[in-house]
Formats: sequence, C-alpha cells, structure tokens
Amino acid sequence: MNPSTPVLELRDVRKTYRLPRGQKLKAVDGISLRVMPGEMLGLVGESGCGKSTLGRCMLRLDDVSSGQVLFEGRDITTLSERKLRPLRPGMQMVFQNSTAALNPCRRIGDLLAEPLRVHPAPDGRRRTSATITARLHELMALVGLPASALARYPHAFSGGQRQRINIARALALSPRLVVADEPVSALDVSVQAQIVNLFADLRARLGLTYVFVAHDLAVVRQISTRVAVMYLGAIVECGETDAVLHAPAHPYTAALTAAVPRPVVGAAPAMLLRGDVPSPVNRPAGCRFHTRCPQAQARCGVEEPLLRAIRPGHEAACHYPLGGEHRKV
Amino acid sequence: MIPALLRRLGQTLLVLFGVSVLVFAVFFATPGADPTARIAGRNASPQIMEKVRREYGFDRALPVQYATMMKKLFITRDLASYADRGELVVPQIEQAAPVTACLVCGAAFIWVGASIIMGTLAAAFRDTWVDRTFMLAGLVGISIPVFWLGQVTNLITQSRYHDTWLFSWVPGLGYVPFSEDPGGWFRALVIPWVVLAVMFIGIYSRVLRADLVALAGEDFMRTARAKGLSPTRVMLRHGLRTALVTFVSLFGLDFAQLVGGGALLTEVVFGLPGVGRLTYRALTNLDLPVIMATVMYSAIFVVVANAVVDMVYLLLDPRVRDAR
Amino acid sequence: MPADRMPLLDVRNLCVSVPANGGMIRLVENVSFCVDEAEIVGLVGESGSGKSVTAMALMGLIDSPGVQVRGSARFRGQELVGMAPRALRALRGRDIAMIFQDPMTAFTPVYTIGWQIDEQIRAHERLSRRAARARTVQLLAEMGVPDPARTAQRYPHQLSGGLRQRAMIAMALSCNPTLLIADEPTTALDVTVQAQILELLRGLRHSHGSSVLLITHDMGVVAQTCARTLVLYSGRMAESGPTSTLFARPAHPYTAALLDSIPPLDGPRPPRLPAIAGLPPTPRERPAGCAFGPRCAHVHATCLPAPPALASIGPGQQAACVLPAEGTPLPPRATAQATRP
Repeated sequence: MNPSTPVLELRDVRKTYRLPRGQKLKAVDGISLRVMPGEMLGLVGESGCGKSTLGRCMLRLDDVSSGQVLFEGRDITTLSERKLRPLRPGMQMVFQNSTAALNPCRRIGDLLAEPLRVHPAPDGRRRTSATITARLHELMALVGLPASALARYPHAFSGGQRQRINIARALALSPRLVVADEPVSALDVSVQAQIVNLFADLRARLGLTYVFVAHDLAVVRQISTRVAVMYLGAIVECGETDAVLHAPAHPYTAALTAAVPRPVVGAAPAMLLRGDVPSPVNRPAGCRFHTRCPQAQARCGVEEPLLRAIRPGHEAACHYPLGGEHRKV
Repeated sequence: MIPALLRRLGQTLLVLFGVSVLVFAVFFATPGADPTARIAGRNASPQIMEKVRREYGFDRALPVQYATMMKKLFITRDLASYADRGELVVPQIEQAAPVTACLVCGAAFIWVGASIIMGTLAAAFRDTWVDRTFMLAGLVGISIPVFWLGQVTNLITQSRYHDTWLFSWVPGLGYVPFSEDPGGWFRALVIPWVVLAVMFIGIYSRVLRADLVALAGEDFMRTARAKGLSPTRVMLRHGLRTALVTFVSLFGLDFAQLVGGGALLTEVVFGLPGVGRLTYRALTNLDLPVIMATVMYSAIFVVVANAVVDMVYLLLDPRVRDAR
Repeated sequence: MPADRMPLLDVRNLCVSVPANGGMIRLVENVSFCVDEAEIVGLVGESGSGKSVTAMALMGLIDSPGVQVRGSARFRGQELVGMAPRALRALRGRDIAMIFQDPMTAFTPVYTIGWQIDEQIRAHERLSRRAARARTVQLLAEMGVPDPARTAQRYPHQLSGGLRQRAMIAMALSCNPTLLIADEPTTALDVTVQAQILELLRGLRHSHGSSVLLITHDMGVVAQTCARTLVLYSGRMAESGPTSTLFARPAHPYTAALLDSIPPLDGPRPPRLPAIAGLPPTPRERPAGCAFGPRCAHVHATCLPAPPALASIGPGQQAACVLPAEGTPLPPRATAQATRP
C-alpha cells in the first residue's frame, strides 16, 4: 500500500434525513477529510453535531446522501453490500454502549469467533477451528483479558472489560482502520484511563489507523494526533491536536476548550457561550456558529465561511480567525 | 393538528379500500371455486345459479365484480342471502349492530373501571397480599373460557337458583331493546356484561400493574416524590396518567374487535341477536353474503377504531402530537 | 467544625443496606459529613461508590423492599433517618430539593414544564393557580430561561437539554429550599451548557442563600464548584477536606490516583495515563480491609485486617488511610501546580 494514499478519504460527504412535514435534517453537511495511515483522528463536537453519523458514514454503515467515501483509495460510496463484504475486515467499528453491542445469550468465544468464521482468511481460504482458537487467545492477550474469559457470557464482565471485548472483536480480522464512537464515555475515570492506554498500545503494536468520535476533549487530546472539531454538521476547525486545542483559530473551538472544567482549583472558565446549540433542522444562515459567537460581525450572518488553511496543516472555517501566535486560552 | 387529522383520515379510507378488496378477493376471486355456487348456497337450482351469475356479474371482469359487490353492499344495499330465502343482508346487520354495541359498551365500562382500580391498587400495594390477591384473581379471569363461564352463570341464574330471592329478577335469555324497556334492557344485559368483562379485567389489570411497576422506577416518578407530593398523587397524576397511553391503545383494539363481532361466544350463549350471533348462524349455514358482510363490517370497525385510538393518542401524549 | 455553630446538614455514620441472598449488603458504610449554610459540598465517586444512594437515603427516596437506613442525618437539628413519612414529605421539595442527572427523563412527559413547577409550589404552599404560575414564570426567568411565560407552557420534550435542566433547577428552587441536592446535574449536558449550569449553581449561594450538595464523578466539576469535597470509594469514605487541599495534597492514595488518571487538557501530554489497575469492588465482594487495598500501590499488611478509620490529617482534612499515621504520607501532587493563566 502506497503510504501517501489516505486510508480514508471523504469528499464533500452529506447525509440528510427527511423528517415529517417535509423538513430536512442535515446531519452531515459537506465534509471533506483525509485520514493518513497510522494517524489518529479525533472527531469532537457537542451532541447533535453529526459526529456519530459521520463515523457511521465513514464505514458505510450508513449510506451517504451525496459525496464520496474512499477506503484505501477505492470508492466505496455506492458499492453494494455484497461487494462491500470483502472490504469489511479492513474497517471496523467500536461502539459506545459496550453492553448493547454484545449479544447477552452468547459466550465471548462465540461472539469473537463469528467474524473469523464468516470472513475467509487473507489467503482466501476458510479458517480452521484450530487457527480460530489460536487467534482468539491472541486477541484476549492483546486486549489484556485472561483466556478464560472466552468461555463466559457478557453479563459476567464490567463495563471496562466489555469494552475490551468489543475492541477484541473489532480487531479480530486485523483491520487497517478502526472507527471508535465514544469508546470510553460510558466508563468511570479510572477505567477510562485503562482503555485510553489500550488504544495507544494497540496502535503502537498493530500500526492501526483510528478515528475517535468523542465529546471529551481531554480524552481526545490523549489519543489523537489530529483533531477535527464539528459544529452543526460541518468541520469548523481541523489540525494537529495541540495546535487546535491550545491555539484555536475558531471561536467555537476556543469556547469549547475553555468550557471544559479542569481538575484544578480556582480556575473558573474564561469564556461562557450563551444558549444552546441551534437545531440542525433549521441551522442559521451564514456562519453556522454566528448566533452564539462572541466575535460575530455583520458579515458572519450572511456569508458562510469555508474551511481554509490558517497555518500549514491547520484549517478553520472562520472569517475572523483568532490570533496567529501560539496562544493559551 | 388539523392536517395531521386529515392525513389520518385519508390513510383510514385507503386502508378500508384495501380491506374491502382483500375480503372480496378471499371470498370471490379464489381460483378453482365458483363464486356463483357459493352465493346461491347448497343444492341451488340451475335457474337460481343463472340469476345469481347475472346479478353479481360473475361472467364479467374481476374489477366489475368488485364494483358490483360494493354497490350491493353500500349503495343499493340489496345484497341478498340465498341460503336464507332471499333475506336482505344489510338490514340484518343494522338490526344486530345495536345489540352488540350495547353489550360491548357495557362490558367495556365494567372492565375499564375494574381493571384501573385493581391494577392501580395492586401496583400501590406491590408485593403485599392485596397485590397477590388481585393478580391471582386476574389470572383466574383470563383462564376461564367465556362460553363456559356464560353457561355456568346461565345454569345458576336461569335454572338452578332462579327461584331463590337472589336471581329471581333475571329475565330469560334474549334481548330487550332500550327504547322499549330500559329496566328490562339492563336486566337482560347485566350478566352478559360481567361475563364478557371478566377476561378483560384480568388482562387489563395485570397489564396496568406491570406498566405502573415499571414506571415506578422511572426518573420522573422519583422527581415527583422528591417534590414532596403525596404517594396517592404520585401514583395517580404521574404514574397512572402516563400508563394510560398504553392502556388506551390496548383498549381501542380490543373494543373494536368485540364490536365487530368478536363477542360471538357471549352472544350465542346468552341468545343476544348481535353481529356475533349473526356471523355464527351464517357460518353454520355457509351463508356467504352474510359472512362477507359481517367480515367487512368488522374490518371497518377495527380500522376506524384504530384511527380513533391514534387521535386519542394525540390528546394523551404531547410527544406523539409533535412527531406528526 | 466549631461547636457553637450548627451545620445545616450533619450526617453521622450513615449506613444503607439492602437484603440480598439471605443477608444484608451494605451499599453505604459509615458515611459522615456536614454541609454548612450557603456552602457547596462535592460528593465524588465512581459508579457504585454509593454517592447517589447516600443522597437518596437523605431524601427518604429509597423504596426498595427491606432497605435499612442506619445512623444519623440531622437537617437543622431535625433527625431525617426514621422520620415519619408525612413529615419527611413536607420537608422534601420545600426545605430540601433535589435535581437529577437526566433532565429529559426527570420530568413527567405528559405535562407542561409550568404545570409541574406549579404542582410543587402548590403542594407546599396555599397559593392560587395564578399566583403559582406567576412565581413559576419568575423563577424560570431567574434561571435564564428565555421567554419564560411561553416556555412554561411547553412540554419537556420540546426543550433542549440545557433549558430542561434550568427548568429542573427552577422547580427545585420553587419553594426556596435551604439545601439543594444535585445528583450529576451536568453529566448529560454538553460542556458549553455544563459551564452555564455550573455558573448558575455557583450563583445560587448568593441569589437564594441555598447550600448545594453536588454529587458528581467529574473532578473538574468539583474543582470549579465546591468549597469542600468528600471522596467515596465502594460505599465508604476515602477522604474529605477543603477542595483546594484535597487537590493539592490528597492524603488517600485513591484520591491521588483518581486525579492522576484524568487526561490533562493543558500542559505536557503523558505518553501513557497513570491508570488505576483493576476495578472497584462491588459491595458484595468488598474486602474486609481497606476497599482500595487490592488496587493500591502502597498496600501493605496493616491495610488488610480492617478498614482504616477516618483520621484527621490537617485543617478540615480527613482520610481513611494508614499511611499518614505511619509517618509516610503521600507527597503533594506534582501536577497540581499546573494552573491555568
């Protein structure tokens, strides 16, 4: 595989849902994105910004309304489910709700063996049960669970352990791309740190490419090399993790990072956004953020800013991006 | 709100059309059977067969047959039953419908009232003897077949103990129109009401209790208690009011199928000349026009009741109101 | 705590047990703390630590069969544990109010927001419908709800999460309670909205003179909101003290480890997070000794026979750990200096 080919590329992807009364919900509103091999992209935003929908569109778990989705240079936007199947082992998803993602009536071993039985090995042959068993033990070791876990049922595990099982299942077929939708947000802090570390270890050992969909900026900072900030269906800022989080160019990113309560006494948030996120059904004209933006000018209500490079490798969709120098919020 | 109602009305009409086509197809367009012979009844003479064939247009295309049938059913209303010596079908149903309606409405009144009281009390006194007694009684009510219960009450009130002071007021089997004698109407129907209601009391009280118990774990019930409201108010204003949404949907369907002829066994046992008994007699005589007409009538009721339930839903649940 | 001043809420050795498998399981064991007038106290812990159970027990809201609440909880000198249901009901919603995590499910879906707030007012005060509604609208306005009169006529599902939580707080404040128990009030909200709600809660002290018992799992929320903090672990108290002391010099290894395992948003990014290995024990399999023992880096023989008693460490700070008494207290946290400009 050519290292300069993106593992995943989105070209002006849109996803529109039809609502009653003829209304349309633009969950994803024209997103272009490249994820290079070995990259860990964090997709952040508040609820309803379309980040989960985008995550599902990336793997063609949802069909896109328009635009193109390319996996390893191959257009998968309109492939039939049958033609998609040989590609599925290469791209996998980890879901937020570790309980709902596991069938409660089946043993962990059966759950994990299923994709191995369904999909043929890379050489095109069916896997023997001996290779499957060997692979299952390998997976358990990989995610830090004892091999005895294979014989037990999902309810016997805690939330963190179930999330490890979900990760093992996603890794069973040796994917190149893993999309994780809020993989740690349902977990307690002490357990969350374990899973965050696991993701980092797995990347180092397997050379995976990740997309993390998450709302927790601190977690995203810990696991991503690059961050894309979404607001109302569009990417408003994208770039290297620390550049985006510590020197945000878009006022929304600045407000978002400022609003996260730090575990440090005496540090009150510097900037407060007023009001709630507008409904994606009738999003504001012009800049989608101008209704809540503390810096909004007349132009922002009329003309929609496009994503443009502020610095090399750092893009923002703002007419009046925040200061160029390395600032702290 | 108004467009939502109009849209629902349109849907209802469409469903009714579909149902009528389906009923027609099942009865008259099934391949391999001559509909003429079915309508004319058993051992009909060739003259009658020919007359039926021409009257119903069975020698013509299917859409024409369908149109003829619907015209005879709804417009000219001269669909006749040959097995029953040419008696018109539609007036029969028109006579039978009020009897069924009286039976079912009365029973519904009893079962709704009783099951709300039983279900709510059982949920309020969960895991106590009150709960267990009511739920056991409900289970017994569900298990008793209505025809058996009907026969046993008849045995007791009509013959065995009829002459005692307790049941001497019970009139003989049959129906007394309300316009003739309201008291007699009530006396004739009160036992069938209770008998018909018993099974539904069982089902509804158990469903309501289960709903209320599930709701008791909901966050909003906890909020209501945290507000300092009395347990009665929490149970009735917050719990029961919310549980009514599912209750109503269940009720609408059961009520409709009973009015549409589902109370057949009760009607037969108590000799009430309702739609159910009409269907029962038509079935025993293989009187096809009557069977078709009653099926059609029952389908209309179920579909209309469904529409009514949906509209009541709009009133009961603001979330549904906005989703439309 | 000076003897001459009576705290608003004084909880001593609160225990909550539920029957299971023929025995009783202690969900909460010997929890003691105070809340002063116009003070915000944080109750922190992971899921299953007993923080919500403690609050529910104070409010008399646990109704699972066979539950036992022991110990003492005095609210303005009145004993709440074992109080007659009717008396407790009069207190609930009027003197002690509660707000919950998910404002979506915490309102009854079939009534308007205004109706539900009116209901609480009228449950405790003899007021006409009109007067109750007037106060409701005023409260909503105070909570920063735009167009309060119209919002009062809307149903819960028609409002955004932030507005619903504001309405929930308005309802809790409708009878001017002296104590507000907030159970994860911002967990279901987005960060920008969370910041607004926390600001609102901080302001209640001055605007309404209310004390707040804030239950949360988020150390960031505690740091920004609470004057004093109580850390629970597996149904027992691990540590309590002034928030600034607790964050700078945690005396219990659990508190320290918990703070360390939060990924930092500012400053250098560690290659790996110092995660706490293992899981918190369920109440059923809680060890005889220190509950944190199996996961603790400093565990040794003295931790194992019995749970360490809560010992005073410094001004207002207490920890249930043997280390300070043995003369080997934890060092101050290095990362605690990383304050924001």
